[in-house]
Amino acid sequence: MTGGVRVWALHLAVLVALALAPLVVPPYHATNLARIMVLAVFAMGYNIAFGYTGLLSLGHALLLAAGMYATGLLVAHGGWTAGPALLAGALAGAGVAFVVGLLALRTTGAAFMIVTLMFAQAGYLTILYFGDLTRGDEGFTLAREARTLFGLDLVTDATRYSAALALFAAGLIGCLLLVRSRTGRVLVAVRENSERTRMLGYDPFRARLLALTLSGLYAGTAGAAYALLFGYVGASFATVQYSVLALLWVLLGGAGTVLGPLVGTLVMFYLVDFAGNLTDATLFVVGAALILLILFARTGLLGTLRARALAWLP
Amino acid sequence: MAALTPLLKARGLKRHFGGVKAVDGVGLDLGPTGVHALIGPNGAGKSTLVGLLSGRITADAGIIEFAGRDITRLPAHARVRLGIAYTFQVTSIYPRLSVEDNVTLAVRHPSGDVTTAARAALARVGLDIHARQIAGDLSYGHQRLLELAMGLALTPRLLILDEPTQGLAAGEIAGFSALVRDVARDASVLLIEHNMDVVMDLADRITVLDFGRVLASGTPDAIRKDRAVQAAYLGA
Ligand SMILES: Nc1ncnc2c1ncn2[C@@H]1O[C@H](COP(=O)(O)OP(=O)(O)OP(=O)(O)O)[C@@H](O)[C@H]1O
Ligand SMILES: [Mg+2]
Repeated sequence: MTGGVRVWALHLAVLVALALAPLVVPPYHATNLARIMVLAVFAMGYNIAFGYTGLLSLGHALLLAAGMYATGLLVAHGGWTAGPALLAGALAGAGVAFVVGLLALRTTGAAFMIVTLMFAQAGYLTILYFGDLTRGDEGFTLAREARTLFGLDLVTDATRYSAALALFAAGLIGCLLLVRSRTGRVLVAVRENSERTRMLGYDPFRARLLALTLSGLYAGTAGAAYALLFGYVGASFATVQYSVLALLWVLLGGAGTVLGPLVGTLVMFYLVDFAGNLTDATLFVVGAALILLILFARTGLLGTLRARALAWLP
Repeated sequence: MAALTPLLKARGLKRHFGGVKAVDGVGLDLGPTGVHALIGPNGAGKSTLVGLLSGRITADAGIIEFAGRDITRLPAHARVRLGIAYTFQVTSIYPRLSVEDNVTLAVRHPSGDVTTAARAALARVGLDIHARQIAGDLSYGHQRLLELAMGLALTPRLLILDEPTQGLAAGEIAGFSALVRDVARDASVLLIEHNMDVVMDLADRITVLDFGRVLASGTPDAIRKDRAVQAAYLGA
């Protein structure tokens, strides 16, 4: 098999496995998987910025929330239907990322982390400030009848799963196309050696802004889909916790690998789930897992696999 | 050659770092072909001057024209696109990428076969047999040649080399000189070099820099005979 065929075969096999999963796993896990796939889209977006371009943002919750609130508010208060609202949510994520990027990308390293964190904090406070509309921390739910997309009822388990899978598949294929394209290679070049990349004729600022905007598109879409599929919009998604979760999912699965975000989100979800059965201190289990990761698989699960055995993994 | 309009024309370039007058009113003309050497003692301002030409460092004063166009305010990446390639004094490659991927990033023409162009550039510096290796695993001398291959892959009109032979073995220097001579047939090469044998062998013209100013500029013969240069630099 040539490199390209092997890569596509693997990723399509993962999508097929996800499509077949509801036939073999109990409904409880199918609902979990739908949630994991939507959150994995958020993580894939984070991976484009952090994993491939080297932008360590602590503000991605803002982008997730931008999509979630744009869609949620338009449906709940604007009377929009799900389709246009989903599109608006995706564009809100990309738009906010673009504007934040114009300002935040003037900084690098620790300063970039702090600036993105501050933007996200401002976003969170804005949601609380407009409590009449957003109902603050408590959040709001979307009416059942509003949650239909192209005539499909997103509330039933089977269609919800299919919608989550379709979204995830689009995200995964988009990410694979990106990282295998020339643009994707330039993003990696910026991450690896920004000054050298500038002296090869590429504008590192533009490359970073593009990566951040695409990242926002993914995050906004994930937030919008979450609102429609699970019917809930809440300020907790705008807290720093979700920025850190995206980072952790990507680190766990393998930063700079296409499937890493899915693997990381999946493993972390079930780790917390499993820990919840044993103890109330689930964060302790998560912390222990991260320490093990740093000690034994610093490049994440798939990053380690790539280094040990599968050098061709994109 | 003198009758042609120069490819690059710099006037009154100035760049100070605090109290250090790194470049202090330098003018320079580069022809469309040939090797122009830039020499001078450590700290004379050579790297700063080429930094100004390539756009990595912004000038405090002065103007730079390239191919008849004022590029003084143009950012570095835009100058690269116009045809000014720059190799760093301190080797700057992508150590975690393969040798081939390093060069592929430099190939710009969107149509043609990128891989073929990258391989050709690698072959010119003799690194084609290392194409699949991770760049960071190359010897220091080979990393310098890789950086040169990246410069070639840009197919520049002006190639700026900042001490390219530093760290090359004696055998590699001969090959390097032949390569530079070949490039200089249809492009301009600005060469910063401490090895005077290489300079005298390659240069069509030499500019001597000292304390950020041009001490002398002329043919290798004229520079060799110049008293001021002998006193300040050639240290005879
Ligand atoms: N970024 C900087 N900040 C402060 N001083 C600088 C900076 N860059 C260069 N200088 C100073 O400017 C002067 C000229 O430096 P430059 O690197 O241009 O010299 P050079 O001729 O290339 O020397 P060498 O032969 O050692 O490479 C030196 O005194 C140097 O210390
Ligand atoms: Mg220097």
